[in-house]
Amino acid sequence: MLEVAQEGRDALLIAPTGGGKTLGGFLPSLIELTECGSSGRLHTLYISPLKALTNDIARNLLRPVAEMGLTLRIETRTGDTPQNRRRRQREHPPDLLLTTPESLALLLSYPEAVPYFASLRCVVLDELHALAASKRGALLSLVLARLRRLAPQARFVGLSATVADPPQLARYLSPTPERVAVIAGGAGAEPEVRILVPEGPMPWAGHVALYAAPAIMREIGAARLALVFVNTRAQAELIFGALWRHNPANLPIGLHHGSLDVEQRRRIEAAMAAGALRAVVATASLDLGIDWGDVDLVLQVGAPKGIARLLQRIGRANHRLDEPSRAVLVPGNRFELLECLAAREALHARELDGGGIAPGGLDVLAQHVAGVACSGPFDADTLYAEVRTAAPFAALSRRDFDDVLDLVATGGYALRTYERYRRIERRDDGLWHLCDPRLARQHRMNVGTIVEAPVMRVRLGRKRLGEIEETFVAWLEPGDTFLFAGQLLRFEGIRDNEAIVSPAKDRSEPKVPTWAGSRYPLSTELAGRVRRILAAPATWRYLPAPVREWLEAQARHAVLPQAGELLVETFPRRGRHYLVAYSFAGYKAHQTLGMLLTRRMERRKLRPLGFVASDYCIAVWGLEPVDDVAALFDVDILGEDLEAWMAESSLIKRTFRNCAVVAGLIQRRHPGAEKTGRQVTFGADLIYDVLRKYEPDHVLLRAARAEAATGLTDIRRLADLLVAVEGRIRHVRLPRISPFAVAIIAGIGRELVAGDVLDQSLDEAVAELVAEAMAD
Amino acid sequence: MQLSFRGHDLVLDPSGALFWPRHRLLAVADLHLEKGAAFARRGSLLPPYDTHATLARLEGLVRSLAPETVVSLGDGFHDREGPDTLSPDLFDRLSALTRAVRWIWITGNHDPLLPLALGGAALSELVLDGLVFRHQPAAASGIAGHLHPKARVWSRGRLLCRPCFTADDDRLVLPAFGSFSGGLNVLDPAVSALYPRGFSAYLLGDARVFRFPHAVLAPEPGSSLRRH
Repeated sequence: MLEVAQEGRDALLIAPTGGGKTLGGFLPSLIELTECGSSGRLHTLYISPLKALTNDIARNLLRPVAEMGLTLRIETRTGDTPQNRRRRQREHPPDLLLTTPESLALLLSYPEAVPYFASLRCVVLDELHALAASKRGALLSLVLARLRRLAPQARFVGLSATVADPPQLARYLSPTPERVAVIAGGAGAEPEVRILVPEGPMPWAGHVALYAAPAIMREIGAARLALVFVNTRAQAELIFGALWRHNPANLPIGLHHGSLDVEQRRRIEAAMAAGALRAVVATASLDLGIDWGDVDLVLQVGAPKGIARLLQRIGRANHRLDEPSRAVLVPGNRFELLECLAAREALHARELDGGGIAPGGLDVLAQHVAGVACSGPFDADTLYAEVRTAAPFAALSRRDFDDVLDLVATGGYALRTYERYRRIERRDDGLWHLCDPRLARQHRMNVGTIVEAPVMRVRLGRKRLGEIEETFVAWLEPGDTFLFAGQLLRFEGIRDNEAIVSPAKDRSEPKVPTWAGSRYPLSTELAGRVRRILAAPATWRYLPAPVREWLEAQARHAVLPQAGELLVETFPRRGRHYLVAYSFAGYKAHQTLGMLLTRRMERRKLRPLGFVASDYCIAVWGLEPVDDVAALFDVDILGEDLEAWMAESSLIKRTFRNCAVVAGLIQRRHPGAEKTGRQVTFGADLIYDVLRKYEPDHVLLRAARAEAATGLTDIRRLADLLVAVEGRIRHVRLPRISPFAVAIIAGIGRELVAGDVLDQSLDEAVAELVAEAMAD
Repeated sequence: MQLSFRGHDLVLDPSGALFWPRHRLLAVADLHLEKGAAFARRGSLLPPYDTHATLARLEGLVRSLAPETVVSLGDGFHDREGPDTLSPDLFDRLSALTRAVRWIWITGNHDPLLPLALGGAALSELVLDGLVFRHQPAAASGIAGHLHPKARVWSRGRLLCRPCFTADDDRLVLPAFGSFSGGLNVLDPAVSALYPRGFSAYLLGDARVFRFPHAVLAPEPGSSLRRH
């Protein structure tokens, strides 16, 4: 590491958690500053995805620096930094500045950015794997490209957990990836992973694994401090409640997720650090970076969905490299058990899944261009060249760049009526200038790529519990009960824009708030491994009996999906005709496929009634049987049908709104500033409708379509799948429901608010389905 | 949809306009022309097609219903600068409309003094057959705009939000007709206080208008309003 630093080369340090890589990233800077002393100018910049991580690293650095007697200024700058300190930091830069991508973008939008960053020697990017592939990562890549130009002498150091594709991260880090020194830390001891299999029947549907609460409690009882990871905030609430119902010893168990009030989260983190807790139920809010306490066991409840994420989570246990981390996987249903097995195999084979770095959005580029303009006049050709050094924008066409420039300047409309309202303009010096300094303030209010769904605070007496989405509140009637912050609450009403709740006494059927977009996609690698298990009966003898019997029953009553083909079952049931396709393309792709299939069936007068999707398959049902399955799944379903559906869907409208906010077309709603007096809302939907009608090829519509297609609906994955199985669709006509189909049909009607509250294994309807499927 | 209002037969059109066949009178509220331009002046470069879209819908109605009189129930322009920012072709289209019929601008809180060249007559109120047309709803009976009413209802498991007319026996409020006009939930006191004995909401569907009683409407998430 030090050698690479002396050569002045960029470096990518890849190590599992616990490898001490953060300190490793800083070490060369600390040594250099020790030798040369503080210059009173910015020397090193540290960027992490989390505010909390930034603060934590600052604390961890300050102590050794003080012990060494160094007189260095180390400061953080995040959304929480007060205005006066920000101003002071602009006027008197610290030696080391620790910040987030958004705060850095903000800093770069000031005219003094050029001298400010000119002295920069080193840029440390922490948790790079978590940032690079996201929309935030696209913005950060542009910010880094700018830094490279302002400070050509600076070294860039990326710190990452183990990833599938290090060269891709190296390219993100530097436009000359061949010059990046990729340093892989020791892989560490292989984790010990067990899979918890129920003593009783294995559930057919659901993700929460409530059945396993007593077994999970036993694991917690045998550990010092356990982290219980789940995939969604709703699952966290449910499993937390279930654990407390099976906790006669009153072991202290906490709850941690991103919608809880900051105070509540800080309390849990402090209690973990102090050793006052035995377990914490957590979502991704505890995935990254910070070590709160001496975790010696990680439980993953619900299928892991991705190998890299699972590895990261398992790494939260035991931070010593020479000892294995201990983990227990708790599947929620039968398919999830297969997925857990597949994940364990992948960990053993040290195979990871890689989320590719997608092309950056044009809305993100628009925000960056506006930021550059705020910092001073720029030359379009130079900026275009600079932007293309950022990996997500390497393939950006000049036409798209010019369209974005025009979007920032005049809105980019074919109808040139906004010339007089230009925000930026090209002057005689050939450079683009900001027309009105007030626009810079407006821009700075709008920096960032995260557009949250509107949320509302939850208040219990004088205590703030956290935030839930407004759409969930809209469903509640006073007197309704719901689970939140680990408590059963009664909704009393809304006062001063807060949801007022009281402790509930009635335990019957509480609702659980769900959060949009909180579902993880099943990774392609994991899906592939599940398919391979299904296609290889020889490996089944290691499976728990109920699951092995289930696979054998499927082989007997129907067929098993084989590699390279798409298995489609059709069967009648109670006057309905069902179609189940085992496409293993992930929930989101299947949701899209469900919409498209029902649209197409409607056109063919097959009278479809509904569909249900899981990560593994999609089921559609209607009043008429489907005979020509191949035609239904024809690849051109992704052409016109998709276009038509996308144009109307609420998904694209939501995406458009986000793009419009990110691009600065619509101003962000700031908490506290909105909703004074009459609530006349003026939605982005109206803008979308008008724009689509009059200028369907507008750059923002292109941005929204691209984001909806690649990011949110996994269209590409669906396309790959349909192309791959073209001519190899295996249509099996069955007289009745198949054993596999039970697992999806049992999930019908469970996607409602109450979600997984029912104990699936006891559900009579499911028992009936199983009896039908298994009948000889 | 037919509505009998104070003894007169009126038609609530799914476009949000009101038609009174007996007098061949078409009323539209809150056109908010040039709202996009008003936002653009402040740095939000919204699509500049809102005035086109609003006028196109209005021209369509004038063609299909052939009214003799068109009443703009106030807030015809989004702000005072509105008439000046109209592009020449839009100016021509609008003045062609105001000359094709008897055009009345009821003046609202956003309305400037309109240039004579645009055509039409400006009034603060219009009274016809005992029906009063004004911009702001009043305790007295009449037909008005200003509030931009919209309502939320549950339909097949989904929450739908649509602009709507609101009415009791004496007071009728029109939804905003302008393409970029937002809405105010009718459970907001600004609307509901107008109707101490309750009201019906007439939601605009794609091809027809649907009536819902006050009691089944859903509040705005994030509002302090619940049904009573």
